[in-house]
Amino acid sequence: MNDAIRTILDRGRENGWVMEPDAKAILKAYDLPVTRHGFARTLEEAREAAESLGWPVVAKIVSPKIVHKSDAGGVVAGIRDETALREAFERLSAIEGFQGVLLDETASGVELFLGARQDPQFGTVVLAGIGGTAVEVYKDVAIRMAPLDEADALEALSALQGRALLEGFRGSPPVDRQAVAHLLASFSEAAHDLRDDVESVDLNPVFASPKGALIADARLMLFQP
Amino acid sequence: MDLRTLFEPASVAVIGVSRSNPFHPATVIYNKNHLRSRAKTYGVNPKGGKLFREPLYASIAEVPGPVDLAVIGVRAERVPGVLEECIRAGVKGAVVISGGFSETGRTDLQDRLKALAREARLPVVGPNCLGLFSPPHVDTLFLPPERLIRIRPGAVALVSQSGGILVDQLIKLTQEGAGLSRGVSIGNKAVLDEVDFLSFFAEDAPTRVVGLYLEGFGPGRGRDFAERVRAMDKPVVFLKSGRSPGGSRAVQSHTASLAGDYRVFREVLLQVGAIEARDETEFVSYCEALAGEPMPGGTRIGIVTASGGHGAIASDACFEQGLQIPELAEERRTALRGKLSEAIRGIAGTGNPVDLTGSATDLDFIAASRFLLGEPTVDVVVLLCLPYLPAITPDIGARVAQACREYGKPLVTYIPHIDKYGIFIEGFEANGVPVAHSVDGAVHMARALARRKQP
Repeated sequence: MNDAIRTILDRGRENGWVMEPDAKAILKAYDLPVTRHGFARTLEEAREAAESLGWPVVAKIVSPKIVHKSDAGGVVAGIRDETALREAFERLSAIEGFQGVLLDETASGVELFLGARQDPQFGTVVLAGIGGTAVEVYKDVAIRMAPLDEADALEALSALQGRALLEGFRGSPPVDRQAVAHLLASFSEAAHDLRDDVESVDLNPVFASPKGALIADARLMLFQP
Repeated sequence: MDLRTLFEPASVAVIGVSRSNPFHPATVIYNKNHLRSRAKTYGVNPKGGKLFREPLYASIAEVPGPVDLAVIGVRAERVPGVLEECIRAGVKGAVVISGGFSETGRTDLQDRLKALAREARLPVVGPNCLGLFSPPHVDTLFLPPERLIRIRPGAVALVSQSGGILVDQLIKLTQEGAGLSRGVSIGNKAVLDEVDFLSFFAEDAPTRVVGLYLEGFGPGRGRDFAERVRAMDKPVVFLKSGRSPGGSRAVQSHTASLAGDYRVFREVLLQVGAIEARDETEFVSYCEALAGEPMPGGTRIGIVTASGGHGAIASDACFEQGLQIPELAEERRTALRGKLSEAIRGIAGTGNPVDLTGSATDLDFIAASRFLLGEPTVDVVVLLCLPYLPAITPDIGARVAQACREYGKPLVTYIPHIDKYGIFIEGFEANGVPVAHSVDGAVHMARALARRKQP
């Protein structure tokens, strides 16, 4: 773990968790693929960020008070122009604890959920599942002890009930499972490395497509001292 | 720490033997080891005197010879002092039967016991346990032998946090025809825990399969356990209690909510190749099936039956357990038909299941078993044997067992378990072929063989 990561973790300690922009910075430091994104405090900054990412964009609330962004109406997807961006910005800026907006490129593919947790008996464990916001409805996840190698990660993916979604379902092309496995294996090493500070990690969603795998959102819950 | 001396001590001192109470655990343990175990057994009681004309010693220091294993059954408050005396006397291991430690809130006493053992590097079982079952060397279960059945010797080693479950499983495995190599009830596991005993049994020659009743691991010990399972070849079967989620706790992340304690436990142990039994019946079937000579298994099942109904029930059970029943090609079916006796050649079903009909003889069962064992598309054979058919004889078990050895493939059998068919059952079991008392049980055995790591 490098000093930059340590600084971010210390900053999140007060809230007990690390917000999305910082979480993505940590993931990038571990060479994990995250969506291109920008942070904006003002509408003008948001517009510049959207221009450089390319429309359409996703806007998400950045607030230490909001752990589950979707539940709080804190995510607006499919923003195609400045008008829509202004509306989104106004809505998000009214949310409690508003510090700014994170603008994200629009990724697509099969939505996966990857997670990690420090288990008292087994140490770092990782989860892979068919994801998105309905992850807790289907509970279709495989759990493995970290760190994993890529072969273990591939095996975990094929243990999912919904694996057909990854293998090309009803005419859709198969996703790059090797890329997903590589991401899961690297993520398991990162979570293991962070085991003394980070209690659990949600990467949700992770988009898997024929072109690769991309983390679109991340949240790190920290151990309380 | 060398655990072998725990299981094979040359001498045992039982501390806390009562002269007045024949039901006192220490007295029961003293009596049964004195009368039945290979280890030289001494009784210790602070007042000395005699029990059944044998001397009792006032302390371990007065025992007239070296003591390998101390079995301690005194009140909890006295245990740390007694353990210190044992360490001074140079014992090589101890079992603390007494309760009254962390399970009743006396963590201080347990911590002292733990510190003493750690400092002396002394292997200690318990406290609050039944301890070791390792005949003919030693048996610290404080149950009078006349209250137990005679436990069959064999290749299954059992580890149980609960003493009661250990005894139940010893009885059930014996009744089902699987034998025991050793057993240990680990109780509060202050010093030695599941990981220590798993490591010992991994290298223990008489043990071929390790069965564990697990409640939960100490901090970080689940990981150690999983690493150990991953590194060993012998099959590990576990039955986990406490599977229902505990009280709801506020959970801030999806991961914490999805990765509940039991799910993590189960999936991690399956990841490293352990086999989960979901209930006691499965536990016994799995241990019994895996106690045989290690042979390569697999998920493709061939079924031999003399009754269409039995074959159908077995097929359904295989399907539900994720096992396959490969079709036989037309040319192979003709080849099989040619090996059957004239009487049934025209009426037998030569698909999979092979249905030999009620007119089948021993020779037909053997021919069909040999045929399926020889098929490259079949990994395990399930033989549904109905001893009430007129042309089947008690020779069938020994001859089928021979075929298994010849082909190096496993076969499991179903025979209804009633006294009358004992001679049939023995024919299989005495020759190393496991026998289940239900069709489902036989399929469970096949599943265990499919799940084992390939030798």
